Amino acid sequence: MQRGQCAQSEEVPPGAAPTTPPPAGATRSRTHTLTRKTLLTLALTATLLAITLASTTTGAYHIPAPDILASTAHRAHLGGHPLPRVPESVLWDVRLPRLTLALLVGASLGCAGALMQGVFGNPLAEPGVIGISSGAAVGAVGSIALGLTFAGTWTVTVCAFAAGLLTVLLVYGLSRSAGRTEVVTLVLTGIAVNAFCGALIGLCVFYADNSQLTQITFWQLGSLAQATWPKVLAVLPCAAAGLLAAPFFARRLDLLALGERQAGHLGVDVERMRLTLVCVVALLTAAAVAVAGIVAFVGLVVPHLLRMAAGPGHRFLVPGSALGGALVLAAADLGARTLAVPAELPLGVITALLGSPFFFWLLRRTRARQGGWA
Amino acid sequence: MSLLPAALRRDRTAPPPPPRPGEVLARARELTVRLGPRPVLHDVDLDVTAGHVLALVGPNGAGKSTLLGALAGDVPAESGGIALAGAPLTTWTPRQLAMRRAVLPQSAPLAFPFTAGDVVRMGRAPWAGTPLADEDDAAVAEAMAVTETTGFADRPYPALSGGERARVALARVLAQRAALLLLDEPTAALDLHHQELVLRVCREQAAAGKAIVIVLHDLGLAAAHADRVAVLAAGRRTAYGAPADVLTADLLSEVYRHPVEVLPHPRTGHPLIHPLRDPTP
Repeated sequence: MQRGQCAQSEEVPPGAAPTTPPPAGATRSRTHTLTRKTLLTLALTATLLAITLASTTTGAYHIPAPDILASTAHRAHLGGHPLPRVPESVLWDVRLPRLTLALLVGASLGCAGALMQGVFGNPLAEPGVIGISSGAAVGAVGSIALGLTFAGTWTVTVCAFAAGLLTVLLVYGLSRSAGRTEVVTLVLTGIAVNAFCGALIGLCVFYADNSQLTQITFWQLGSLAQATWPKVLAVLPCAAAGLLAAPFFARRLDLLALGERQAGHLGVDVERMRLTLVCVVALLTAAAVAVAGIVAFVGLVVPHLLRMAAGPGHRFLVPGSALGGALVLAAADLGARTLAVPAELPLGVITALLGSPFFFWLLRRTRARQGGWA
Repeated sequence: MSLLPAALRRDRTAPPPPPRPGEVLARARELTVRLGPRPVLHDVDLDVTAGHVLALVGPNGAGKSTLLGALAGDVPAESGGIALAGAPLTTWTPRQLAMRRAVLPQSAPLAFPFTAGDVVRMGRAPWAGTPLADEDDAAVAEAMAVTETTGFADRPYPALSGGERARVALARVLAQRAALLLLDEPTAALDLHHQELVLRVCREQAAAGKAIVIVLHDLGLAAAHADRVAVLAAGRRTAYGAPADVLTADLLSEVYRHPVEVLPHPRTGHPLIHPLRDPTP
């Protein structure tokens, strides 16, 4: 049920002014939301742990859960014992880097989605939908096609970040008028940006040689199949910086919901905050795209579900979306590995298959609420 | 460093002292504002005094909202200028401004479905991290009580009616507890009872030492509740003074380009303003 439907939109008659003492009710409701958020956080964390365990045990080579705990304890010098050569290698060289990457990418995308919806003041903003992911992908693919290596293992990430930042600034500049972003303008800008970036990626593909081609195809579908520890290291600084910076903007993001001018009246330096957050979004998106390619809709679906469950306050929404995003992506990647054994489904295809219908539903709902796009 | 403007020398997060009675909180001098090629305000002088309700009235397009926006710091002056609490408006940071003045915009859309209570609490944002943050709960409860919005504190703001939203928005502005309140048509969406309620709240705030600038279309409300009325027409301040002196038949007929008659109320003596209408055939 939508939250808005339960409330009547009729004026309270003057005679029916509240008679009960107010503060008691207000306090009760806030405690209620608090416990709800705590419960939600606990549930998300528990599910995340369950998925983590499932991801490490499941696969072509089954490793029982006790063995995983023993091996982890051994590596942490807390007792336990090492596993035989094959399961030890499967666990530490294949599954764990991949899982870590899934968690990092998912957290980055979920958090970027929540931030973006807040900054644009528009619930449909998402890195994939409005083209930031494609922009970052152009940077990544371009650096591969041109064979750039100026920053070592970080080259692809740096290029993805630069291109992503440029795209966010472009979309931001193009889709706003009078301090607001209309849904239609935003989505249309996204179509244009996606089309242009698609063309640039196409060009890179056209000029790439065979080995580069395999690598590039990868970006277009979105996948974590080539996860390694160096890749985790390559995106860790970007993702960590973005994830740590994001919660500091939560209260100001709440105020931004009133509109830019009103947020300014309440003491927010709106210009500076917007610019900083645009950089944070670019960091997070670049981190995700540089290793996983374009994985769309995570940043759209996760913040929306959380907003429905726990309200729109960003102090919960921003970190909650990071947690939820990590959970969703770890689950989706588990699905990608195991649903079509022995083949592997592309991760981006799975999230798009599940996310697009959700996006469609959101579009219809938004349209119904504001009575057409006009 | 005496060369630094007063505002820069003060501690960034230090709450301002309460205004003295009769202190001029905002002062506009020869204010000229241009929006695009069109001049909207010409040489406007205005003093906003603590303890007074100042009503801005005038026909559509006279520049009332622009003047309010200029006082709020949203609209830059082309020439002339505005001083807030003794320092030029442009020398204050957004946070310092937010501790000194609160602004109620004409319409108040909201991007996400926060509850009415959350929205009012947003008004406390300037005080986060200061000793005054301890008053948050009391300020929110009081602001909601005086605007009669306590009953829907838990309802999502987008689900409220226009009149309810207008009162919640006013409650947010009151919860900010700034010395200067700038209100742009707070009564536009309200019924008779709530119009009177809002103006009564303004009077009480003024009595408590605040300065209130309120844009009004209803001249009767201005006549009954304002201490001072400024009449704007075509971007100029045409008249300024006590309601009984300013709101005269001659002046209003000319400014609104419609014949108007003004009668004293038989009981209170407040001016009653009435447009002349042709008798129906």
